[in-house]
Amino acid sequence: MGSNPVTWLGSPVFPKAAKAALADTQLRRNLRKATHTIRDKRTRVVSELPDWEELRRAGEAIKDDVLSNLDTYLERIEAAVTARGGVVHWARDAREANEIVLRLAREAGTDEVVKVKSMATAEIGLNEALEAGGIRAIETDLAELIVQLGHDRPSHILVPAIHRNRSEIKEIFQREMAEKPVSDEPRELAEAARRHLRRKFLSAKVAVSGANFGVADTGSIVVVESEGNGRMCLTLPEVLITVMGIEKLVPTWQDLEVFLQLLPRSSTAERMNPYTSVWTGVTPGDGPQQFHLVLLDNGRTDALADRVGRQALRCIRCSACLNVCPVYERTGGQAYGSVYPGPIGAILSPQLVNDMHDKQAASLPYASSLCGACYEVCPVRINIPEVLVHLRAEAVEAKGRTPESVGMAALGWLFADARRYENAQKVGSLARHLAPSGRISSLPWPGSKWTSTRDVPTPPAESFRTWWRRNRG
Amino acid sequence: MADARSVVLGRIRRALADRPAAAAIPRSYDVTRPLGDLVELAAERIADYRAEVHQVASADVPAKIASLLAARGARRMVGPVDLPSSWQVDGAEWLIDSPSLTIDQLDAADGVLTGCAVAIAETGTIVLDGGEAQGRRALTLVPDYHLCVARADQIVGIVPEALARLEPTRPLTFISGPSATSDIELDRVEGVHGPRTLHVIIAT
Repeated sequence: MGSNPVTWLGSPVFPKAAKAALADTQLRRNLRKATHTIRDKRTRVVSELPDWEELRRAGEAIKDDVLSNLDTYLERIEAAVTARGGVVHWARDAREANEIVLRLAREAGTDEVVKVKSMATAEIGLNEALEAGGIRAIETDLAELIVQLGHDRPSHILVPAIHRNRSEIKEIFQREMAEKPVSDEPRELAEAARRHLRRKFLSAKVAVSGANFGVADTGSIVVVESEGNGRMCLTLPEVLITVMGIEKLVPTWQDLEVFLQLLPRSSTAERMNPYTSVWTGVTPGDGPQQFHLVLLDNGRTDALADRVGRQALRCIRCSACLNVCPVYERTGGQAYGSVYPGPIGAILSPQLVNDMHDKQAASLPYASSLCGACYEVCPVRINIPEVLVHLRAEAVEAKGRTPESVGMAALGWLFADARRYENAQKVGSLARHLAPSGRISSLPWPGSKWTSTRDVPTPPAESFRTWWRRNRG
Repeated sequence: MADARSVVLGRIRRALADRPAAAAIPRSYDVTRPLGDLVELAAERIADYRAEVHQVASADVPAKIASLLAARGARRMVGPVDLPSSWQVDGAEWLIDSPSLTIDQLDAADGVLTGCAVAIAETGTIVLDGGEAQGRRALTLVPDYHLCVARADQIVGIVPEALARLEPTRPLTFISGPSATSDIELDRVEGVHGPRTLHVIIAT
């Protein structure tokens, strides 16, 4: 693994991984059910707020301000955290961040840490680094626990085990837990997780968390969660280590009034998530008496240097873009080969890797139909399609002439001439004769590249252009 | 070799060589909103998370506490050091956090009773800040049952109004319903690691 394990070593390029995922009908069913459940709920709670668009615009502007003055705000939060009894560390990359956390855990004299779900620590491969250093990292978020016990990889930003349904989760728990759940009722499975982790929480000495927000002015750190596992980790241990990406800042406490409305509604589709914790340095007599904040770069400054791509650093990791993406819904998250899947992953991962000669990273900006649904739901208005197209250009530049660029050139030729386009449509219409039922489940090559993983509606007998000429021409 | 701090700050300054000007932040979103009767709305929204809500006159709070504890069979109750004495009703043994209770004592208790700092009607949220009648964070986390008393004057309409009332450097906990998870098929179920039962008394 290089210094930047944002993408998983040995992952195939996206089209290849997607093809394997599409063959898994169970996976497609699980994903469809989950994404549609959350999508509908999100629409309902967002429509409750008359000022949703104003909140999005404010969120966008606040994050742009943070990025434009990132050095100033980082120095500010460092000073504020230090003044309140915390210790601030800086990490250029994954390796350096992992070394800091490992050293701090060793100094605390423990061989086990409890963890709050955190994208930053997943991105840097912290658990594996701690394991290699002889320290066990215990994931306490239910979905992370399902992934960890299932010896699996995450597939969603908010719900890493979204690709598993209740009966698969029951099987994992029955295999791995001392006190086994008896049914696949979600309530029973949650209860099993509670029993499994209870003693760990009550006896843990060191906890590791990420951060949803850091307030530059006050040094306050915010963690947004649902289960109370976060509160357990943030409250009971003696030592708390928080790993935070440098872009996770907001300038002032007041700015949180925007994000505490945008985030819950966009992520779990709730008016508010069950628990939000805010702490500032160390509070005598309440919570961990040692607090360390690790500020993580790991490719973020490379993304910041890209004038089009830097907007990806506004991301607050809500995962709304995953839940509406037609590509994500069919392939699932693991096909993206990174802890950041879906539309945001397709623009964030390649930028963090920052090497378009890396075939897997360079394939990610193509994991999209550019339908724009992700942009529409993004609470901080990241123009994901714009960045996708920008990164495709970079990938093409890095690669030179390829089948993709040849294909695009051919399409250009087809669209450039009206008669050529019409003739191509007529050929498509002939496909009707293959499918009297109205669905085509297999086409001859090159159409088979498409139909091996999905059904195609039969093209109409007549193209719109022909119909128009006949009726109105 | 340069230290990590100056390397990262140096990278940022180079990355921002185009000096992107940040636009003014448009704060045209609502900072308050006419929501009608805030007590009614708070009660409805908190209950929406399957927390139990009871509205009573201030004078009747102790009697309501007593009846709720009796109905649950909660006998060993935790309370912060400044828990009002009128709330420490007969029928329960009161474990007051002075000297500090151990985690095992908290775990063995039947529940905890606190006040709150602010409640947000629109989102159905109560906020604890470790101030009056609230105590340190562990008290409301380890016991499986949390009974919280909110006064009507502590209820605000929307999130910006709540943040304006709070001091960010205090340890804060925003609570919206009992512990829950959406991790199984993205459908919410109540009850994981935090208190699995939340009752709120709104004193009017």
